[in-house]
Amino acid sequence: MISIDVIQSTAEQLMDKAAIEIPEDYHNGLRSAAKVETGSLSGYVIKAMLDNYDAAKEDRCAMCGDTGTPRWYVKMGNETTIEGGPIALEAALRRATANSTHRVPLRPNRVHPLWRTDHNNNVGIGAPEIEYGYEPGGEWIDLITVHKGGLFGTDYRMLFPSDGIEGIKRFYLDTLVAFGKRGLACQPAIIGIGLGGCKDTCMVLGKRAACLRVVGSKNPDPKIAELEAEFKELGNSIGMGAMGFVGKSMVIDCHIEVGYCHTGGMQMSMHAFCLSSRRAVARIYADGRVEYRTDPDWFTDYQRRETVEWPLSTHATLSEAPGG
Amino acid sequence: MKIREVQLSTTPDEQAIADLKLGDIVYLTGLLYTAREGVYTRALENQANLPLDLPTESAANFHCSPAATIREDGSFDMGAVTATASFRFAKWLPQWMQKTGAKLIIGKGGMSSEAYKEYFVPNGAVYLSTVGYGTGALLGRGIEKVEAVYWHEELGLAQAMWVIRCNKMGPFIVASDLDGNCLFERENKKIAKNLDKVYEGTRPAVLKRFGETDDREDELIG
Repeated sequence: MISIDVIQSTAEQLMDKAAIEIPEDYHNGLRSAAKVETGSLSGYVIKAMLDNYDAAKEDRCAMCGDTGTPRWYVKMGNETTIEGGPIALEAALRRATANSTHRVPLRPNRVHPLWRTDHNNNVGIGAPEIEYGYEPGGEWIDLITVHKGGLFGTDYRMLFPSDGIEGIKRFYLDTLVAFGKRGLACQPAIIGIGLGGCKDTCMVLGKRAACLRVVGSKNPDPKIAELEAEFKELGNSIGMGAMGFVGKSMVIDCHIEVGYCHTGGMQMSMHAFCLSSRRAVARIYADGRVEYRTDPDWFTDYQRRETVEWPLSTHATLSEAPGG
Repeated sequence: MKIREVQLSTTPDEQAIADLKLGDIVYLTGLLYTAREGVYTRALENQANLPLDLPTESAANFHCSPAATIREDGSFDMGAVTATASFRFAKWLPQWMQKTGAKLIIGKGGMSSEAYKEYFVPNGAVYLSTVGYGTGALLGRGIEKVEAVYWHEELGLAQAMWVIRCNKMGPFIVASDLDGNCLFERENKKIAKNLDKVYEGTRPAVLKRFGETDDREDELIG
């Protein structure tokens, strides 16, 4: 059984880490962009951002004043049980969100959509979001927090099979250019694209593609991986860079995730995970061990499975947790 | 191109503003305050009295909600500060500038050159953009002291009016000048030349959306 106290204390640590420490994969991606950027203004912006990451870590201060809309992705091995059950888990994550908002501090961004009521702690109706995933083996829980910015760079469109790759490219460029002007999307960003699913799952897939995969990762379908590389190149050939200034750095990486969709449709969503691509991850085991990392490792073969059945037993034997 | 760095007061004189050029990097010293839709609504629509003597104390309006909290003893903990997109405040800005004499509007993304010509230039004001826009930790280092927070009970911490004493806070980038020129529009024009080439081989969606046509009688299939 996983201790609820360890869940809450780990969640609070994760909130700090996400807000303060830029993940290494994105950091390296931006360093590479700095090397090739020739635009004088956009190059200056990237250099300032790199300095900013150092300042945030040195001062233990949030890297960006807009600390986004904190949310949780929770993944569990098939044998996991939680002290107090799922209700206790959700309470612990809401407590961690509220406490950390006050302690770091984070900006209390979350308000009621109509009455603009602010609890000053990033907790409210439906906030923070908590989403779940499961893996075949083991007794462990992965806590992943993502503090994504919430206003610009995301769009959805119902495309159809006859729109083809040319239509996908058009919507991709339209979204990049529209939100890239004046730098509203806070580019260069990790671009996540969701293709297929239903309207809601298309948005979920694209958002997860942006937030839950690391820079440099590839979709296991080689043709989709080729598209990812082509789209990254295409985005960086627009002639636009950071803050919408002339430059060549729009896309640090492009991730595409797909889901089976209605036979008549080809849903598409676009998401930009910004210059402050904030995510932090920890795995907690039943014996109380906690391992921190920055790769959510969300999209496993199991998450992308196509089949009816999944061979549970082979994965159960791979369980890392003692007693799990 | 060499980028010029300028030190500027938050109550700048006319000459100091006239000397600013598009793309200059600015560091600010003096008092600045945050004000966005909450403060504008309360001050302009609900006619609440301003808690500061403006522009004598400060002529610098930051479109910002800081990552900040009020400690139990009433002191403040302010970490990162970053701007929010300014275009959404065009509805209130002309009246706000008249009322407060703001000379420096600081935010994200700037305004249109029409807005600059219409009410920035006549008020002797320019727009400064934050850099990045996420250099919150660097800007945080420029905070000498959080002097006060007003209206946080009515508006919440994110919309409250924070008054910050800053010392060489930056970097900011000059995004408009006293001729009403707009840095972002200048850059957009250069980028637009390449767009046709980038779009080659793409195709518009077979199902259009309103917004892509303003004629509501139009069919959207294409």
